Amino acid sequence: MAVIEPAAATGVARRAAAPPEGAARRWWRDNATALFFMGPAALLVLLFFLAPAVITLGMSLTDMATSTGLSNWQWVGLENYERIFRGRFTALIFGNTLFYVAATLSFNLLVGLGVALLSVHVEPRTGTLFRALWLLPRISPSVVYALMWTWAAADAPFGVINQLVEPFGVAPRFWLATDPWLIVLLINGFVGASLGMLVFTSAIQSIPEDLFRAARVDGANAWQIVRRITLPLLRWPILFVLTYQTMSLFASYEYIFLTTNGGPGLYGTEVWSLWAFHTALNSYYGNLEFGFGAALSAVLVVMGVVISAVLLRLFRFDDLVGDPKVEIT
Amino acid sequence: MAARLVPYAVLLLATLPILILYVWLLYSSFFQRVEGLRPVGAFTLDNWRFLWAPETVEQLRNKAPIIPTTINTVVFSASVAGIVLLVSSMAGYALSRLKFKGRRMFLGGVLLLHSFPTITLLIATFVVLRALGLYDQLVGVILVKAAFELPLGIWLMKGFFDTVPWDLEMAALVDGASRITTWRRIVLPLVKPGLLALGLLAFVEGWKEFLIPFAFMPSGTQATLALLVRAILGEGRFVDYGVLTALGLFYVLPALLLFLFLKQLLRGSTAAGSRGRDRACASCSKD
Repeated sequence: MAVIEPAAATGVARRAAAPPEGAARRWWRDNATALFFMGPAALLVLLFFLAPAVITLGMSLTDMATSTGLSNWQWVGLENYERIFRGRFTALIFGNTLFYVAATLSFNLLVGLGVALLSVHVEPRTGTLFRALWLLPRISPSVVYALMWTWAAADAPFGVINQLVEPFGVAPRFWLATDPWLIVLLINGFVGASLGMLVFTSAIQSIPEDLFRAARVDGANAWQIVRRITLPLLRWPILFVLTYQTMSLFASYEYIFLTTNGGPGLYGTEVWSLWAFHTALNSYYGNLEFGFGAALSAVLVVMGVVISAVLLRLFRFDDLVGDPKVEIT
Repeated sequence: MAARLVPYAVLLLATLPILILYVWLLYSSFFQRVEGLRPVGAFTLDNWRFLWAPETVEQLRNKAPIIPTTINTVVFSASVAGIVLLVSSMAGYALSRLKFKGRRMFLGGVLLLHSFPTITLLIATFVVLRALGLYDQLVGVILVKAAFELPLGIWLMKGFFDTVPWDLEMAALVDGASRITTWRRIVLPLVKPGLLALGLLAFVEGWKEFLIPFAFMPSGTQATLALLVRAILGEGRFVDYGVLTALGLFYVLPALLLFLFLKQLLRGSTAAGSRGRDRACASCSKD
C-alpha cells in the first residue's frame, strides 16, 4: 500500500531504520547534497571575495611591488600606513575624496528625488519615458558614457558645453582641464541619480492614494503634500540610498579614471580609491607598489564592511535569511 | 493651464543633458564632422567602414582587430552569464530549500557582499589570479567578473525558488527522486523566466565591463570592445569623433536592446519577477 507520508515522518522513519554509523559518515550523508549545491558558489566566494579581503589586509603589511616581485617581498609592519599618514598628498587626496563623495551624493539625492517626484506627478506614460531616459547612462558601458562627456567637455569647436554657454558670454575652453570637478560631478551625478530615482519612485507609488486625496480635500497645495506626506514617508528609502551610495562612491573611480584620470596636474581630481588603483595597478612610474596600494585599499575595505554591516542591521535584512519552508532529508 | 506644464518643463530641462549626449552619439556617427550639435560635413556612412574595411580606418591601426574583439566580448559576456546562471541557480536552490550548517552565515555574507564595493578588492585579486596562473587571460577575467556578479545572482535565484510552490517537488522527493534530479527536472523548468532574466542581466553586465579586463589583461591579446574604445579615447584630446561614435554606438546598442528586452520580459512575468525587478534594476551598477 502506498502511503504518502508527511516529509518529516519519512525522514524520521528512514533514520530510525538505518544501522548505527560513524559520526563522519553521518555528517557526510547529512551534508553531501548541500555541499554539491553550495560547492561552486562557496569556491568562487572564497577565491574572489574572502581570499582577496584577507590578502588585502596581509599585503598592506608588506613592501610587495613590481621591484620585489611576488616572492622577494618582506613584512614591514605598519610602515605603509605610516606612509599614508605622513604622505605629502594624503591630505589633498582625502579632501578631494570628501568633496567628491559629498557633492556627488547631494546631486544624486536631490536630482533623484526631484525626478522621482516629478515623474510620478506627470502623466504616467510620460513619467515612465523620462525614467527610462535617466536609466540610459546606467545601462551604457562606462567607456561609451565617458566618451560622450569627453566630447561634451571638449575644446571648441567640438564640445557642446562651449556651444551652449557661448550665448551667455562664457569664453570657450577645454573644460576637462579648466573645470575638472564640474565634469567629474556631472558624469557621476547623471549616472548615480537613477538609483535614488528608482528607489524613491517605487516608494512614492506604494504610498496609499487616500493620504494624498485627504490632503487635497483639506486644501493642501502640492508643496505641502510633498513636505508633510511624501517626504516623511520616504525617510527610510532616503536613508538607504544615502548609506548605500556613500559607500559605493568612496570606492568608485571608474568614470574619473576614464575622463580626468586624476588630473589635471598632480592629483587635481585624484580620489582615494583611484590613488590605490594608480599605486598598485596602473602607475605612471612603472613600479607598481602592491603593498602600499593594498594599505590604501584596506582602509576602504574595512569601511565597506562596516557600512554594509550597518546597512544589514538598519534595514532588518535579518528577516530575509529566515529558515527555509521545505526541508526533507 | 500653464502651471500644469511646469513639471513637464522642469523634467525636460533636467533630462536635457542626457538627451543631448545620446542624440549626438547617434548622429555624429553619420556625418563627416560635427561641431557641438551642428553637423558640418555631409551625411556619410564612412565612419562605419570599420565594419567592412577595418584596414582603411586610421584610428584602428595597431589596435585589436574589430571582429575578433567583438567575438571576445560575446564570449566574455556569455561565459559570465553561463557561470552566474549555473552557480547561482545551484546555490540559490540550496539556500531556498535545504537546511544546513552555515546557511544563515552564507546568506548574510552574500547580502553583505551585495552592498560591498567589490572594486576595492581588485589589487588582491591580481595576486589570486597570478597564483592561479590565470593572469592576463580571458578565463581569469571571466571568473572574476562572474564572481562579482554572484551575490546578486544568488540572491535573485533564491527569491525565484522561494516563490515556487513546493508540492510538486515534495511529490518527487517522496517518490524517491534525488535532490539533484528534482532540482534539474522539476524546479529549474519552473523558474525559466527567472533564469532568462538573470542570464540577460549578467550578459549585459559582462558586455559593459571595463575595469576588470583593463586591470587583468594588460597585453590586450584578447581585448574586448570596452578596451578598444578606451584605447582610441585615451589617445588624446583631438580624436576623430566620427569613427569613435560609430564604434561607440556599435558597442552600446546590444546592451540597450538587451536591456529593453529584459524590461519587457520582467513586465510580462508574474509575482516571481516583481521582487526581482526592483532588485535587478537597483543593482545594475553601484554608483
